[in-house]
Amino acid sequence: MSVLVLDRVTYTYPGASTPALVDVSLEVAPGELVVLAGGSGSGKSTLLRAANGLVPHFHGGVFAGRAIVAGMDTREHGPGELAAAAGTLFQDPETQVVMGTVRAELALPLENRGEAAPAVARGVEEVALALGIANLLDRPTDELSGGELQRVALGAALVGRPQLILLDEPTSQLDPVAGDELIALLRRLSEDFDTAIVLAEHRLERCLPFADRAIAMRGGSVVCDASPTDFLAWACAEAHELATPGARLLFGLGAAPAAGVKAARSALRSRGLLITGPAPPASEVRRSGREAIRFDRVWHELDRGPAILRGVSLSIGAGERVALMGRNGAGKSTLLRHTAGLMRPTRGKIERAGRVALLLQNPTDYLVHDRVQQEASAGALTTVGLGDRAFRERHPRELSGGEKQRLALAIVLDDPQREAVLVCLDEPTRGMDRRRKDELAALLCELDAAVLVATHDPEFAATFAQRVILLADGAPIADGSPSEVLTGGTYFATETARILGGAGGALRPEDGVALLTAVSKVEA
Amino acid sequence: MSYRRRASPLHAARAAAGCAYCLSLLVAALVLSAPVALGAVVLAILGAGVAAGVGRELGRAARFATVLGLAVMLINALVVRDGLTVIARLGDLPVFGQTDVTLEATVAGAVLGMRAIALVLCGALYTAAVDPDQVLALFRRFSFHSALTATLATRMVPVLSRDARRLAEAQRCRPGPPPSRGRLVRAATSGVLDRALDVAAALEVRGYGAARRASGTGGSARPWSRHDLAFAASAVAITGLAVGGRLAGLERFSADPALHAPVGAGELAVAIGLVICALLPFADRRGIER
Repeated sequence: MSVLVLDRVTYTYPGASTPALVDVSLEVAPGELVVLAGGSGSGKSTLLRAANGLVPHFHGGVFAGRAIVAGMDTREHGPGELAAAAGTLFQDPETQVVMGTVRAELALPLENRGEAAPAVARGVEEVALALGIANLLDRPTDELSGGELQRVALGAALVGRPQLILLDEPTSQLDPVAGDELIALLRRLSEDFDTAIVLAEHRLERCLPFADRAIAMRGGSVVCDASPTDFLAWACAEAHELATPGARLLFGLGAAPAAGVKAARSALRSRGLLITGPAPPASEVRRSGREAIRFDRVWHELDRGPAILRGVSLSIGAGERVALMGRNGAGKSTLLRHTAGLMRPTRGKIERAGRVALLLQNPTDYLVHDRVQQEASAGALTTVGLGDRAFRERHPRELSGGEKQRLALAIVLDDPQREAVLVCLDEPTRGMDRRRKDELAALLCELDAAVLVATHDPEFAATFAQRVILLADGAPIADGSPSEVLTGGTYFATETARILGGAGGALRPEDGVALLTAVSKVEA
Repeated sequence: MSYRRRASPLHAARAAAGCAYCLSLLVAALVLSAPVALGAVVLAILGAGVAAGVGRELGRAARFATVLGLAVMLINALVVRDGLTVIARLGDLPVFGQTDVTLEATVAGAVLGMRAIALVLCGALYTAAVDPDQVLALFRRFSFHSALTATLATRMVPVLSRDARRLAEAQRCRPGPPPSRGRLVRAATSGVLDRALDVAAALEVRGYGAARRASGTGGSARPWSRHDLAFAASAVAITGLAVGGRLAGLERFSADPALHAPVGAGELAVAIGLVICALLPFADRRGIER
């Protein structure tokens, strides 16, 4: 019996002119791990909300069709009742964790169900052990890192042993290490407990290798429902933006796409295309004579706390595009705050050649006016591609995520008296689909100023950066061209680099196709 | 100031015992009026704070409480006309009229100020050393939804303060003149509403909407630890001393028409007894780590 059945579901949010879900029908079997793919606004989140009952009970609107979760019709059972059968994990861990300690957070769903104290205690212990968070049980939730918070939120979703888990981009705020750990954990849950998992994600290369099935959505409809391999074949042919880098590499070489590094390497090996080249030679990063900023042995030590930056010395040349990478807590955001003068070093000094524009993680924080045109000048809006007259009349909070990002960028760039010499962005691609990432990368490449972007996304870094700095424990541990830094590891490497083992310094599928085509021609 | 689990007997005690202990100190501060006894309550709370590892938090609260206490003393001295010993003639002041400051009113204000200090410190000790989640779990037996709503309100405070910091940082990144305060307040309000919606959605999918009381079956309750028993006993003893002393006819502080601050054997015994009863549970430090 299917744990989730959507039967011709059509749903329109209150006040919306077009439906967010259009005639969606699908079934999910127990133990199945299903990946939901699609661009922003394609209906992934709404589908998940229809499955947990938030649509229509919480959001209102017009709902047609039937959604059955573990035998319960969502028209008759609200999210509170469905919670026993369907656990949900949203994107932002901070707003899902509502209690003061981890133990209380994990206990809450069971207490809501009226479980007796011993049953609550047992459930908390078991889920904490299963997720490896037993050591966090007595920690205050406001002291946890993003990755830890997301695990706790997952624990709260799992503690009632639901038959179905719904996850809405759970890794978007995690570093590659924590993201991979979370996906592997989901796979284990699916295998060990027969829990069905529906996972909406943009970074498909991370989760497709573990999936049993992939569903693509476009305009609120299901446009593909197939095995990961068949899904990738469909994506390469019809929805290029949903194809993983590995699939595009294979497709470019005329091979059938495969999900995951192992399968892609196997496919290349079978065609005699897997080469093991030496790591790219260390090359001097091209630097212009002028410097936009220079850090000279900069420390940032917290009062009665640890040192966040430890003697950072680096410079960024005028017009240079740099990606700053490293896991959560490595010091990336602190370094960016120092560049813009939001923080002052406790030791060392920073020399700036001019104004530094900083775009922090949440672009909505910059938006305070009622019209787009009040937020920034027409020139700045045009620079970021928002120069359309009708667009300028819109309310900033009504914009899509990508548009808000561009508007916030226009705001920080908008100073005709003092042009920015350096533009810094902190995790600008969180929750963005590939098309928007590509648009942002193109925009960054058009700027005259130097660009420094803190990111967890190696694919995005490979697209826009001329140089990559890898930060660990408050100090740079690698600093070089993208093909040097992004080919050498597992977590901070593109999928193409991992498939090719760093051969030829190829980072993007196009680079890989060119490299392998050249090699095969030479061999021929 | 917020709760952090620390290795101390008070943190190791169950919330019911911690609540009772703090409540007993509060009752003592309200019931007793002799300066020596009130001083003993303040001393007991500060001692308990240090022994519980929250001395720094109590120190911060004490700074605020001292200012509050001095303000109470000053206002009492200016407003209260009782007393025979004039120590300052301030003449005709706006609002206050003809003002003569008397020693009796000043000392009475000081005693009131000391009581205010004791109450603030008591609240600080409770906040820093008693687990709010456990307290709310206690109250859930009576009103589940009210207790959970209170939890959420508490939880929203750090979330919103982080949001406010982020908003302020973002505005510092804006070139040119900063937006007006009205604009910022509107933006912040929109953000708060968004946050509240997110949290409400998270609660719904945690089963809040269908919440029901615990069945109360299926096993024994958590056994009382040595620290639970020690702090519960301490609470009973402190309350007994304070209320008993009052009922037994211990002399009370009075300032009208003349000062009378009793420091007899009875007052001293109650004061010493209070401090001992309050600090004794901290002597046993076995099993305080979790």
